[in-house]
Parts: sequence; structure tokens; C-alpha cells
Amino acid sequence: MLRTALHEIETAEELKKLISENENVMVCCGRMGPMCIPVYDAMEELEVEKPNVKFFSMAFDSPEAWIVRNDQACKGFMGLPFTMYYKNGKVAHATTSIQTMDKIKAVLKDKFNA
Amino acid sequence: MEQKIYDVLIIGGGPAGLTAGIYASRAKLSVLILNEGAVGGQMILTNEVANYPGVEKTTGYHLANSMKKQAREFGCIIKSNLQIANYELSGAVKNVELTDGSIYKALSVIIATGGKPRQLNVLGEDTFRGTGISYCATCDGEFFTGKDIVVVGGGNSALEEAVSLTKYANKVTIIHQFNHFQAFEYAIAEAKENPKISFVYNSVISQFNGNENLQSVSVKNVVTGDVSKLPTQGAFIFIGYLPNTNAFKGILDLNDMNEIITTSEMETNIPGVFAAGDSIAKRYRQITTAVADGTIAALSASDFVAKSKQHHLVMQN
Ligand SMILES: Cc1cc2nc3c(=O)[nH]c(=O)nc-3n(C[C@H](O)[C@H](O)[C@H](O)COP(=O)(O)OP(=O)(O)OC[C@H]3O[C@@H](n4cnc5c(N)ncnc54)[C@H](O)[C@@H]3O)c2cc1C
Repeated sequence: MLRTALHEIETAEELKKLISENENVMVCCGRMGPMCIPVYDAMEELEVEKPNVKFFSMAFDSPEAWIVRNDQACKGFMGLPFTMYYKNGKVAHATTSIQTMDKIKAVLKDKFNA
Repeated sequence: MEQKIYDVLIIGGGPAGLTAGIYASRAKLSVLILNEGAVGGQMILTNEVANYPGVEKTTGYHLANSMKKQAREFGCIIKSNLQIANYELSGAVKNVELTDGSIYKALSVIIATGGKPRQLNVLGEDTFRGTGISYCATCDGEFFTGKDIVVVGGGNSALEEAVSLTKYANKVTIIHQFNHFQAFEYAIAEAKENPKISFVYNSVISQFNGNENLQSVSVKNVVTGDVSKLPTQGAFIFIGYLPNTNAFKGILDLNDMNEIITTSEMETNIPGVFAAGDSIAKRYRQITTAVADGTIAALSASDFVAKSKQHHLVMQN
């Protein structure tokens, strides 16, 4: 269980439902570690700024996180967190390891026009 | 519209900055903290904090969140994930400009920008971050299960993390630029006794190589100048910390390690500008020392603000 201010996705089914119901979704799949916390922190701020994107967390160690861990887009990833950007239910982009606010904003602009 | 002038502007939201925020806002001053990254600073790099008095054991994240909450409850405003472009600190009113063009004004400033992990700054370091290069053993260690990896560094962190990585890795090679370690004896002994660990002395990594993932590092012997390729699937880098003071070069007095020089009251060379925490010149860098510095800086800033307001009133009468 992660304790961030973001809504935490608990099951693969829930993730599938959320990406089918929302056009732009960003999910940070990680732990409460030093590489992940800055990404959650940036997402908490962006949640207020960008209403056309939905921001969620997911616990990397949950068995249900297979949906992110096994995604083709994460092949070769060796650093937490795995951060997924879904557009209309499909993976538009994925990143590994810590990301700065600037890098996240650049992806949101490029992939979601947000 | 006239812009608000804060009593105290704090640059940095680690333990030093947050403590300064708690003290200054509790003293009924208007306080703004501007923080570049995630609030909490290096505290959030710490999985377990066991030496903060009064708290038997906690995570850095929880300690950071409690401090943030406490500061906000006293009225302190905290803005994070931003970048500061320009500082004008010499006048009676200090100005700080962000990269988005917004300007913040204050009667006093506390610099609490802390430190950050030193990077190697060699070719390929950015390319393979997250696909072979890591700065956090507890976060990423398990991705290297059964693999051959290198650890760069020769201090306590490098040796302790190398030992902890042997839980996962098949083989750990420590690459160190000198022929002796700067770590404590116990850490050196533990690393040397571990059968999975080997050592490459007098050497530095000159390049990271691979395709999608890291495949090898180019290792340069600093004595002979010879460069060889060492196949590896992972590289963990622990080469110390640098003070976040680049922006203050030429503005504040820094020592030769780029740490801010302060008095025991945390005053810098500019009246009304104070500094606290890991960014200042001092010997011991801990959460406890950062919060102590933050306390002193806030009390000194409160005193300075009271005197400047009094001076302003006298001048008006
Ligand atoms: C892995 C690790 C484990 C540790 N474990 C312990 C421990 O168990 N116990 C202990 O007591 N200490 C520990 N420490 C040391 C402790 O974390 C530091 O001494 C302490 O965090 C320093 O506090 P600070 O507020 O001065 O700086 P920092 O914690 O570095 O915070 C500085 C803040 O300023 C921000 N910043 C930087 N530049 C700017 C800028 N230009 N503009 C705006 N904001 C800026 C940063 O984003 C950061 O949020 C550990 C450190 C590390 C790295």
C-alpha cells in the first residue's frame, strides 16, 4: 500500500477500466522510495493543474501490477518507478526511474497535448 | 497591483528549510518556501531514520511529510517542483525570479538548498539511467538479480551498498579512483570479506556502453592511462554529495568546496540573507544538524525583520 495523495489503483481490472473511461491517464507504478516519491509529488501538483489528465499510483510489489511490469513498453526497464502514459486505452509512452517535473510536463504536452 | 512582500523567503524545502518555515511562521511572520524538487529533500532518500531524537524509527518520507504538515499548519506557504532563474539579494527587499517569470519579494531570505548526489558526468550516463545505471541500491537492486554489476565509489555508502547488492547480484566489482578507501574500517572489512566482491583500484569509468541496456563500462586506469572494457549489466554510483550552491557563486561568500560561509547565527555576507543545513560549511551533515541550523536561521531572520520594520517606522516618523 502506497501512502500518497494520489488515488492508488489496486487491481489490473481497475486499471483497465480507468484507461477505457478516461482519454489521458498517467500511472506511476513504484514503491515509497527515493526514486518514486519525487514522481508522485510532481503528479500530486499536476493533478490540480491539468484536469484533462487523470493521475494514479500503483504499488509495484502488488501481484496485480503485472499489468504494468509485463507491458512490452517496459521491456529492459531496470529502475523504479515504471511510469505509464495511456491515451485512449493504449500505452502512449513509458519511462523508467526518477523523472523531473520538466520531463513529465514535456511528455504530457507531447502525448496528451496537456 | 502592489506585490506582496514576505517577511521570510526560504529557498529549499528539506529539513533545514521546513524547520525554518515552522519557526518563522509560528513567530507570526509571513513565510514562503520555494523548493526545486519534492518537499523533504534528502530525507526522502532515506528509507529508515533511526537517529532522530524522540522518534524511535520512521521513514524519511514520513518525517518529511510531518514537517511539511507542521509548517503549513502554522501558515507557511510551500511551493515545490519549480525552478529559480534569478536572485537579487543585496537590496532591502530581496527578489527571486522563477523560470516561469513570476517574482517573489521578501525582507529576508534563508538559503537551505542542501546537497545532491554527485554524478560522474561521462558519456552514456544519461542514456542508461534506469536501464542499467542506478543511484539507489534499495530501489533497484532486485532488477540485477544474478547479474554482474559494478559499484563506483570508495566511501561508506559505496562499500555498504556494494555489500547489500550482493544479496541480488552474481558478482560486484567496486571501481575506485584511489588505491585506498575513505570509508570506516568496518565497512572496508565487510566488503573485503565478501566473496562476491572484487576491486579495481586507481580507476574511473570513462564511458557507459550498450544498446537498449547497459552492456559494458570503459574503465580508465588513472596511473597508466590504459582503457579497458568491463562487461557489466549494471552500474551503481555512490560518489558523494555536492552542495546546491552554484546559483550563489559570485553572490554569497563560499569556501573552496562551494559551501556557504556563515556565522554561528547563520548570517551570510549579505545582510538579511541567512543559510542553513547541508549547503553551509560545516563538518557534520545530518537531519538533526539541519533542523538546528534551520531553527537558528529562522530566529536570526525574525530578529532581522523586526529591526528592519522598526527602522522603516522610525524613518517614516
Ligand atoms: C541516502 C541518505 C541517507 C541519509 N540518512 C540519514 C539518517 O539516517 N539520519 C540523518 O540524520 N541524516 C541522514 N542523511 C543526511 C540528511 O538527509 C541531510 O543531512 C539533510 O537532509 C540535510 O538537510 P537540508 O535541508 O540541509 O538539505 P536537503 O535535504 O538536501 O534539502 C534541500 C532542498 O532544497 C531544494 N533545492 C536545492 N536547490 C534549490 C534551488 N536552487 N532552489 C530551490 N530549492 C532548491 C532541494 O530540492 C531539496 O528539497 C542521509 C542522507 C542521504 C543522502
